[in-house]
Amino acid sequence: MRTTTRVLKYELHNVARSRAVLVYTLFLFLLTDVLFRFGGEGARVVLSLLNVVLLFVPLVSVVFGTMYVYSAREFTELLLAQPVGRRSLFAGLYLGLALPLAGAFLAGVGVPFLIHARPEAGLWGPLAMLLTAGLLLTFVFTAVAMLLAILFDDRAKGLGSAILIWLGCAVLYDGLILLLITMFRDYPLERPVLALTLLNPIDLGRVLMLLQLDTAALMGYTGAVFEKFFGTSVGRITVLAALVIQAIVPLLLAGRVFRRKDF
Amino acid sequence: MTAVASAAPAVEFRALRKRFGRLTALDGVDIRVAAGRVTALVGPNGAGKSTLIKCLLGLVRPDEGSILLGGTPIGTEWAYRSALGYMPQAPRFPDNLTGREVVEMLRDLRGGIAPADVELLDWFGESGALERPVRVLSGGTRQKLNAAIAFLFRPGLLILDEPTAGLDPVASGILKDKIRRVRDAGATVLLSSHLMAELEELAEDLVFLVEGKVRYAGPLSGLKERTGESGLERAMAVLLRRGGA
Repeated sequence: MRTTTRVLKYELHNVARSRAVLVYTLFLFLLTDVLFRFGGEGARVVLSLLNVVLLFVPLVSVVFGTMYVYSAREFTELLLAQPVGRRSLFAGLYLGLALPLAGAFLAGVGVPFLIHARPEAGLWGPLAMLLTAGLLLTFVFTAVAMLLAILFDDRAKGLGSAILIWLGCAVLYDGLILLLITMFRDYPLERPVLALTLLNPIDLGRVLMLLQLDTAALMGYTGAVFEKFFGTSVGRITVLAALVIQAIVPLLLAGRVFRRKDF
Repeated sequence: MTAVASAAPAVEFRALRKRFGRLTALDGVDIRVAAGRVTALVGPNGAGKSTLIKCLLGLVRPDEGSILLGGTPIGTEWAYRSALGYMPQAPRFPDNLTGREVVEMLRDLRGGIAPADVELLDWFGESGALERPVRVLSGGTRQKLNAAIAFLFRPGLLILDEPTAGLDPVASGILKDKIRRVRDAGATVLLSSHLMAELEELAEDLVFLVEGKVRYAGPLSGLKERTGESGLERAMAVLLRRGGA
């Protein structure tokens, strides 16, 4: 535990000072700010931000995360040569990566709301869900980044698979589901589609928002199925649990590989 | 004289074997590195020098065999590494931290043992390098930081991988003097280098690895006697040509 917090302390300093994280925060801040200046209403800004959060946050998390772990490779070896355990070092490295990105997201999106938003009904719920979705996606995709960068010694391979995974989740997955639906349209597909949705963190983030906005039925097949199947509150808990699992599973795998790896 | 905190341990590698897929990096290595002496680790590229060092550091897990530090197997516990000081080849430090912060971090990780040996740290910090982010430092300055960290905790065993690489002649001289001084104070030094002149200057013992096997292990003078060559470079060339010793 002490090792973890000590590593974390310095990693936080290091990542928080990196130019990429600064640019990321500024981008989110300016975007949210501009949406307020043009769109006005807080609830509409949340909706406009939805797709940015769903696509951009995972991309930045997985790409920056992978590159960061690779760039820290030599220093990680030096740290491993110190009298510290691999388990606590791993925890420090992951938190040192995920927490600054989570903080950047929270500040970039949250601060403009604090500046501009007027208290209105139906704003805080969706906003809280948007922030929750963004934070969970950050943790999921930084965990994936850790796993890839530890698994592959070849940087090109690691970064390539990071981008492929993002592309798969963000773009290809929905297309695949649509294809499936049209191919098997004569069969009852609710359950399979539901199961498939639970596997894709970006879809889960979307569903989480849609359940909150009570427009689930209007927003595509998976959302409608979800609402029908679970009802709003059970659905929300299911989605949150699935996202947490999707962060924990790659993280546990990465930790396992890290503990046994030959550096 | 520089005091050494932990008693200088001898290192013993026993029947150490490591394969990476089809490549055999270490093929039954048996060596004893004597306490309080400088041992040079040499061999052609890919001979297994790095793998041997990394096994000792716990970075690589050997498939078979054991490593004894001061008579105790190192096992999988990490506590033994508090006796080690490591200078990796081509180090990279977190870009956005200053030299001071990197040093503080390692000191924190070690539980802040006092009193540290700051001689090389002062040398590194002479021109204000301690306060600058590591990414703006030149390769040689970074190597000084690397050295300063390795010596900082008064380790009983120093593992130096190409320690003078990238250093100018003056800096390289200062580092070599430092190595000699900690050796005189009782530390064990395991040194890997491609500079034969440097090894002849510093090392008392020599381990010559070829393709994961020990071709020669013993005093430097013994190697020269065996091959009838006076220069280290020629002596090793003779050993390489002869094949199995």
